[in-house]
Amino acid sequence: MEHTQGKLWEVFIQSKNNLPYKHAGSIHATDKEMAIQNARDLYTRRGEGRGIWVVPSDCIVASNPEDEESLFDPGVDKIYRHPTFYHMPDGAENI
Amino acid sequence: MNMNEEELLRNFEEKIDVDQKIEPRDWMPEAYRKHLIRQISQHAHSEVIGMQPEGNWINRAPSLRAKMVLLAKIQDEAGHGLYLYSAAETLGISREEMLDQLHTLKAKYSNIFNYPTLTWADIGAVGWLVDGAAIVNQVSLQRTSYGPYSRGMIRICKEESFHQRQGYEIMAQMAQGTPEQKEMAQDALNRFWWPSMMMFGPHDSNSPNTGNALRWRIKRESNDTLRQRFIDKTVQQANVIGLTIPDPDLKWNEERGHYDFGEINWEEFYAVINGNGPCNKERIDHHKKAHEEGRWVREAALAYAEKQKQETLV
Amino acid sequence: MTDKERLLQYCLRQGDTHIIFGYRLGEWCSKAHILEEDIALTNIALDHMGLGNAWLERAASVDSEKRSPDDLAYRRNEREYYNLLLAEQPNGNYANTIARQFLFDVYSVLYYSELLNSADDTLAGIAGKGLKEVRYHYKHSAQWVVRLGDGTVESHKKIQEAIDDMWRFTEELFEMDETDDIIAKSGVGVDVSGLKEAWKTQVSEVLEKATLSLPDHNLSRTGSKTGVHTEHLGHILAEMQYLPRAYPDAQW
Ligand SMILES: [Fe+2]
Ligand SMILES: [Fe+2]
Repeated sequence: MEHTQGKLWEVFIQSKNNLPYKHAGSIHATDKEMAIQNARDLYTRRGEGRGIWVVPSDCIVASNPEDEESLFDPGVDKIYRHPTFYHMPDGAENI
Repeated sequence: MNMNEEELLRNFEEKIDVDQKIEPRDWMPEAYRKHLIRQISQHAHSEVIGMQPEGNWINRAPSLRAKMVLLAKIQDEAGHGLYLYSAAETLGISREEMLDQLHTLKAKYSNIFNYPTLTWADIGAVGWLVDGAAIVNQVSLQRTSYGPYSRGMIRICKEESFHQRQGYEIMAQMAQGTPEQKEMAQDALNRFWWPSMMMFGPHDSNSPNTGNALRWRIKRESNDTLRQRFIDKTVQQANVIGLTIPDPDLKWNEERGHYDFGEINWEEFYAVINGNGPCNKERIDHHKKAHEEGRWVREAALAYAEKQKQETLV
Repeated sequence: MTDKERLLQYCLRQGDTHIIFGYRLGEWCSKAHILEEDIALTNIALDHMGLGNAWLERAASVDSEKRSPDDLAYRRNEREYYNLLLAEQPNGNYANTIARQFLFDVYSVLYYSELLNSADDTLAGIAGKGLKEVRYHYKHSAQWVVRLGDGTVESHKKIQEAIDDMWRFTEELFEMDETDDIIAKSGVGVDVSGLKEAWKTQVSEVLEKATLSLPDHNLSRTGSKTGVHTEHLGHILAEMQYLPRAYPDAQW
């Protein structure tokens, strides 16, 4: 089998100024310029973008689904991290 | 934490049952992975091979507007092919492997693209009926259980919304045009109606893969349900533009709340699947030829990239 | 020739060039070396069609025969078409296409940069939109010239041959006849003869980066200003115009 389709890149698009870059999908390309252009042609044909990041897929480090509970459950019960945890005296404003 | 196969499967099926999506790194049964690879790559190949019958008319599109619209539509289909190829790649198959399977006839694509586009009205019929049927299927697949496939479908459905309108517009214009145009439109409907009905696949009673696919929510609705939905919405559209659907048995069934329709020619369906359709050979030959002729370009791009590895700025 | 006739002629030249480029690039549909490039080429084809349409709209607006942009595109014959000869050259292999587009794209960026100052608001508007598009086209084709030139032995050879081959049709880009002269002097059009130096410098820079050399022949073909084309255009029009010509009373 030939391996000439180029490597896989993940594409992140910023749709508007000041919004976070969001994963849009992936494309194939052999170099960075081509990756940006291919991402532009595939993911922003309807004016969906104002910024593009492309990252070689093999540079993405992902968490292991098996670790889901140990990674994320400990964050669930730390309710003191949310402002609603705190009692404010009646009548206090703008806080 | 080490779970045995049984626990993993139970976990997996529990997720499916509450409509949680399965993601690429989640554990999944081999049969689920295989089914998805087969279905998604087949779907991707269909988008890509589908560019040919429509591309056949790009040079001959009869107005500047028609040409731009058709170019944009076919380009969308190429994009759909890409979304789907990359969804399949998350399951551990490379694009090269998928293309190889297509070229060696191990992978299928939708039968419908083995029919020729003979007149400009066929471009109308393809958009109206073929995209119309595809949309019914794809809307349903937005709820498929595999995350990347589902997200691909959502994106595709958004883009599809103009495709069917583009085709129906051509049909409407021709059906209300000169007598010759009307004749072309009716002829296109006559040739594309039954193959479009076949796009949903065999009857449920005859569909070997449906069981697992429904249980694991890869497919959300059965072939017959989807086909019926397509017929029910298309009949009215044909009536509005004064074209006749070529099925003498087609009639509204008050009791079922659906249209009854005639028997599909399954012999033709299986003949086309097995390579004996009007354009099977042409479609694959075309794809292989482009692939072969592009090899030196792909090799050049790779060679160039090797030389450039140390550069950093775009 | 009246002012209007002159402007019509000028707009047809630019419009026809884009329409024919759009035709050629559209022919790549489903034939590119990788699916991503299929989409890229279609995008560029669409830009050309859009620009062609805009120029033909301006042409139609000054046409004494009141032809629509579609009439202009679909009902003129070979000798009434004024696109650059470069545009109608066949796609050949991918290197031929890239060479053809590259030589035009460099020119196009220079041309539209000048046209931005046109005294004709519509043309200045076309330039504003067009410049953004052709800058991207240039990026695309120039990068491919470099990739192919500095890629493999085979690709180097193919792109060098293609550049040498297409070179014959570049002299025409900078040709001015009386119509062009008057339109340029009135501040509406561009004096393209003045773009040649900058064009050659930019082309040379990219070719050098691509390890390619400037063609060393002086072959040159022109004729489009008077509607004298290479044999290819007739085939394009025969295919492109077939439906409106075969069914003259039909609306599409
Ligand atoms: Fe599609
Ligand atoms: Fe579609």
